Amino acid sequence: MNAKHADRLAELRAKFDRPPSWKDDPKEDKERQTIRERQPRFRGLEAGHRACQGCGEALAARLVTEAAGPDVILTNATGCLEVFTTPWPQSAWRVPWMHSLFENSAAIASGVEAAMKAQGKSTKVIAMGGDGGTFDIGFQALSGMLERDHDVLYVCYDNEAYMNTGIQRSGSTPHAAMTTTSPPGKERMGKRHLKKDLLSIIAAHHIPYAASASVAYPRDVTRKVRRALSIEGPTFLLIHCPCPLGWGHDGARTIEVARLAVQTGLFPLVELERGAITGVMPIRDQKPITDYLGLQNRFRHLFAKNDHRAEEEREHLQAIADYNIAIYGLAADGDDPLDSEGADTVHRCAIVP
Amino acid sequence: MRQALEGSQAIAQAVSRCRPGVVAAYPITPQTHIVENISKLVADGDLKTELVSVESEFSAASVVLGSACAGSRSYTASSSQGIMLMSEVLYNISGLRVPVVLTCANRAVGAPLSIWNDHQDSMAVRDSGWIQLYCVDNQEAVDTTIQAFRISEETEIPVMVCMDGFILTHTLEVVDIPDQALVDKYLPPFAFKRILDPKQPISIGTLVAPDFFAEVRHSQHQAMLKSEKAIIEADRDWKKLTRRGYGGLLSEKGPKDAKVGVMTLGSIGGTLAEALDTQPPRRKTKLINLRCFRPLPVAAIQKACEGLTDLIVAERAISPGLGGIVGNEIRAALAGMKKAPKVHNVAVGLGGRDVPLETLNDLVDWAKTAPDTSFSVFDAKLDKLPKEDR
Repeated sequence: MNAKHADRLAELRAKFDRPPSWKDDPKEDKERQTIRERQPRFRGLEAGHRACQGCGEALAARLVTEAAGPDVILTNATGCLEVFTTPWPQSAWRVPWMHSLFENSAAIASGVEAAMKAQGKSTKVIAMGGDGGTFDIGFQALSGMLERDHDVLYVCYDNEAYMNTGIQRSGSTPHAAMTTTSPPGKERMGKRHLKKDLLSIIAAHHIPYAASASVAYPRDVTRKVRRALSIEGPTFLLIHCPCPLGWGHDGARTIEVARLAVQTGLFPLVELERGAITGVMPIRDQKPITDYLGLQNRFRHLFAKNDHRAEEEREHLQAIADYNIAIYGLAADGDDPLDSEGADTVHRCAIVP
Repeated sequence: MRQALEGSQAIAQAVSRCRPGVVAAYPITPQTHIVENISKLVADGDLKTELVSVESEFSAASVVLGSACAGSRSYTASSSQGIMLMSEVLYNISGLRVPVVLTCANRAVGAPLSIWNDHQDSMAVRDSGWIQLYCVDNQEAVDTTIQAFRISEETEIPVMVCMDGFILTHTLEVVDIPDQALVDKYLPPFAFKRILDPKQPISIGTLVAPDFFAEVRHSQHQAMLKSEKAIIEADRDWKKLTRRGYGGLLSEKGPKDAKVGVMTLGSIGGTLAEALDTQPPRRKTKLINLRCFRPLPVAAIQKACEGLTDLIVAERAISPGLGGIVGNEIRAALAGMKKAPKVHNVAVGLGGRDVPLETLNDLVDWAKTAPDTSFSVFDAKLDKLPKEDR
């Protein structure tokens, strides 16, 4: 530990009169705790909230708050995360947390950050929202926050539709996906439009750091959160989070589905600094998109027999994946000692049939 | 110190005396000069505040909500369409019981597009749970702004200070900007307790199911009713320091034994007060200036109307399909009186239509014959309209 880290640790210890976890609580029976519960790590989002089984967003939020530590203030757009963590009078948050409206998480965070500056405090501010609150209704407030250079990390939990209101299409819903407002039928093959390339739009604000991540790669998520929080200025993290209910897959396969989105090239994991690409997670063995689509009900209509439209849309999605791989230079072959892909893969073969 | 200042300039000075930690605003006519003057104070180093120049009124209101919840005194200002764009956040600020002060430079709401004064904007958000105080002149607007911070922080209810666009905001008048030491004596430092603090983490803005929502609204209503006391005391204490007071909830002018009363909000009260001095109606008439519209001070209104046979409510807003907004609320407020006056209700001065001194006499004459359920847009010239629209 270098001097800078030691200073920061001392500062945090002085600031928080409680230990970073509750492991020292004598009431806890250590014998009955799981390995995870014995680990001395800070938990910003507690267990016991009301998320669905296999919720990718809950896992991502836990990783983000774990990586951020206790010296943060969170703002949260309206959505599943807000609803399942804070049914009054309960709350699953161990860090100061605030929800106001659907479209103002970034503006609330701007205000919190301005107040921190006014009071001379160094507490970090994290704004959070789903893809609806980020890509669509909250986009203006987010763009304003980035332009004004607020020292805020904005985290978008991207589950590719309005899940809280019952699976309606958003600007983030992938092309051809079925939602309740983009149903397939005689005249339609799911969503007609493309997924908005939000990361490029964010990067065009020339902020110091913008990145995409996936819950399938937890160490990558926490690394990117820490990286973003170490930077002074606006930073952005887009985390791909499967929604078993909305995507129509088994809750036990969340990680597998998320990983396939990356491995097919449909959700590229990249890092951009001041608009320039500075890091990507390479794809060594590109999987066909059908491996990914086939696991999810929302793409069921793309496997219809004797429907030339289904075939066309599959080709279309494959082309999108190939395009992502080409423009971000994701393709890799052979062993690369610096490549971290798969290093933190959690195998759950025992659970998934 | 007494200075000749434009209304907006005076408000900027008053706000700066209140030492806000965060100011967020988006420009809109006729509020622009307030933001501009605050920006200049910040640029010159005369006001130490985090000025957030947001991309919309919606974000302006959101920023001050966030900053107040993070423990800083917060201020914003807007008008008209800006107030409408904020409205979702205004309900949030009051519902979360967060102290914030907002200046509403009153302006008509489009369509048709109008940048001129009426009260449609603040009336549109009258149910948002904000205290609403209307100002007659620029000195009152300065003093009310300072009082507003104290009221808001004492009651944990946001306060909207309403001042007529252009008529006040753009008018140069001699006003006294109180010294910093005096304001510091009157207004304690921001001490809101329910803030976002990593040392004592709380969750703000949780989901409230039907088993608690009604109780939240009940307590909010009770708090609004109780805030009358804080409004009266804030005005009384200010008067002790400056010898300037505005009657707390409302003020009266004219003979005590008057049978006719004219009730107004905002700068029109100044016009009619001048008319009462220079061209008093033949029937003894008194003016009632309703300073506090939310909470609606029912007891004070009833008391002010004792002995009146006719009350004319002249307001600068309209609810199409109903008529007057204030007028109908006053009818309801007086319903419990033993001898309630007849209430005659008009809208005047909509969309910046000038309200001349003669209006007072015209109103009193009209009320002689008008039925008590009447409502009219008093100064509308019907001959400008096609026959079927009259």
